[in-house]
Amino acid sequence: MAMTPEAIFKRLQEKFGTETVFDFHADPKKDKDPWFQVAPWEIETVCEHLRSEPDFAFNYLECITGVDYPDDHKIHVVYHVYSYPKKHRVVLKCLLDREDPAMPTLVNVWSTANWQERECFDLLGVLFEGHPDLRRLLMPDDWEGYPLRKDFEEKEDYHGIPTVRPNPIELFKITLPSKEPAKA
Amino acid sequence: MSDVIFTNEMDEEMTLNMGPHHPSTHGVLRFIIQSDGEIIRKAVPDVGYLHRSIEKIGERCTYPGYMPYTDRVDYVAAMFANECWAMACEKLMDITVPKRAQYLRVISCELNRIASHAIALGAMAMDIGATTPFMIFLRERESVNDLTEELCGARLTYNYHRIGGVSFDMPKGWADKVRRWLDRVEPFMAEFDRLITVNDIFIKRLANVAVITAEEAVDWGLVGPNLRASGVKWDLRKEDGYSVYPELDFDVPVGRGQHGSVGDCWDRFFVRSEECKQSIKILRQALDKIDEHPEDDIVGKLPKKIKPEGEAYARVESARGDMGCYVIGKGAEEPYRARFRTGSFTAMGIIEAKSPGLFLADLVALIASFDVVAPEIDR
Repeated sequence: MAMTPEAIFKRLQEKFGTETVFDFHADPKKDKDPWFQVAPWEIETVCEHLRSEPDFAFNYLECITGVDYPDDHKIHVVYHVYSYPKKHRVVLKCLLDREDPAMPTLVNVWSTANWQERECFDLLGVLFEGHPDLRRLLMPDDWEGYPLRKDFEEKEDYHGIPTVRPNPIELFKITLPSKEPAKA
Repeated sequence: MSDVIFTNEMDEEMTLNMGPHHPSTHGVLRFIIQSDGEIIRKAVPDVGYLHRSIEKIGERCTYPGYMPYTDRVDYVAAMFANECWAMACEKLMDITVPKRAQYLRVISCELNRIASHAIALGAMAMDIGATTPFMIFLRERESVNDLTEELCGARLTYNYHRIGGVSFDMPKGWADKVRRWLDRVEPFMAEFDRLITVNDIFIKRLANVAVITAEEAVDWGLVGPNLRASGVKWDLRKEDGYSVYPELDFDVPVGRGQHGSVGDCWDRFFVRSEECKQSIKILRQALDKIDEHPEDDIVGKLPKKIKPEGEAYARVESARGDMGCYVIGKGAEEPYRARFRTGSFTAMGIIEAKSPGLFLADLVALIASFDVVAPEIDR
């Protein structure tokens, strides 16, 4: 039988304590999918339990999203998880320190985390410790910086390829016709 | 980069580059393959050649202004990313979509699904050596392009769905045109099955190649036809029942392993061909039922200022499976974060794990059977 996110949250809190699973959000105006926080260093045990416990049976990790919040000095890693047999969903969030974003990998829980974590590392610089192959995925190997961070600034060129197109009028020294009407 | 991945230099093994420009990679996509003669030891996909930073662009556009960019997430089946973005915004702002608009969405999406599967089936046949089916399928896809052109003015990147509805109602006589096309394509699909799908040579080439079990498929996050081919009967249109799909009657085809094992390349081909028939069935019903709803009631009531706060995650069943869009708003005109979760991306992840022991030629069949589209991987 499908469980509500609140019931799942309560069950997890009973099992792991209020220091590991906390901060349930379900404001119907804002949080269309209720979510709660999990302590980053416990995420693997919590997810392993979510997957193996028959009442939860969360066997499908839908999506890993990284979100940068420079004002709070945090990076959020959001997990959307679904269960095929039970047909229920849950949203977990891990709040990481923006200066040193690191957390354990979930590759041993769901294999699909492999590429999704690589993407998150590539675009936001979150280090997933224990990941077997944490290389850049979408960006070139020698790319500097993490593009989805809010304070990312694009460099002027990449290996001599300009990232900004020069103004053709200045580039080709085109003289524009004067705007004044021609005198008869 | 290849020497980073493969450090042991054994005499009999060679490192091979497949792509970025290769006819069977369906876009710009590269595989670094370590092979022992014909047999693959390991194939590592190298993606990112088509990365256009669509998620970053999303942070700089207004909510309605992002719609044309979502077309480019998957340009073979652009309707679904449109719908996914629209649904995410609607969920975030509690907008109800009029019934007629929902029917138009279903009709446009199912047309697009047939067009996308036509490319998938034709390209898969071409990748393993049969050139003709691709040409014939392109002809059918061309008809779909003509129909969508009449509907929304575009043939490939539609920009048809809007937050709260769709941009145009059907033109006069369009429904009959679609019906006529369906009458033509239905016998064509049956003929195609006789000629290709159950063809003896075709079955021998694809059956028992690159078998993916149901457990593996779920674990690696395969979605859509790839998941159903592994025997998991799960379709978002049935399970979530979004839009007007609950009012329509259709089946969910799954791989049964008639000619090999459940989850082989042939099953993935077969599931797509069956899905086309189901889409035809859906289209016929939707075209009949759409008249029950008043004309030109195609956009819901929108808030005066689109400046939502909060977060929402919407899912649609795209031609490549469960597509998700996660949007976070912070009370500004632009979304704070827009994220697309696509089927091709997760399908690529499994290739490295499945490749050891495959023949080189079977890797081509595996990639083709996943129906990956490079822009959807990279976004």
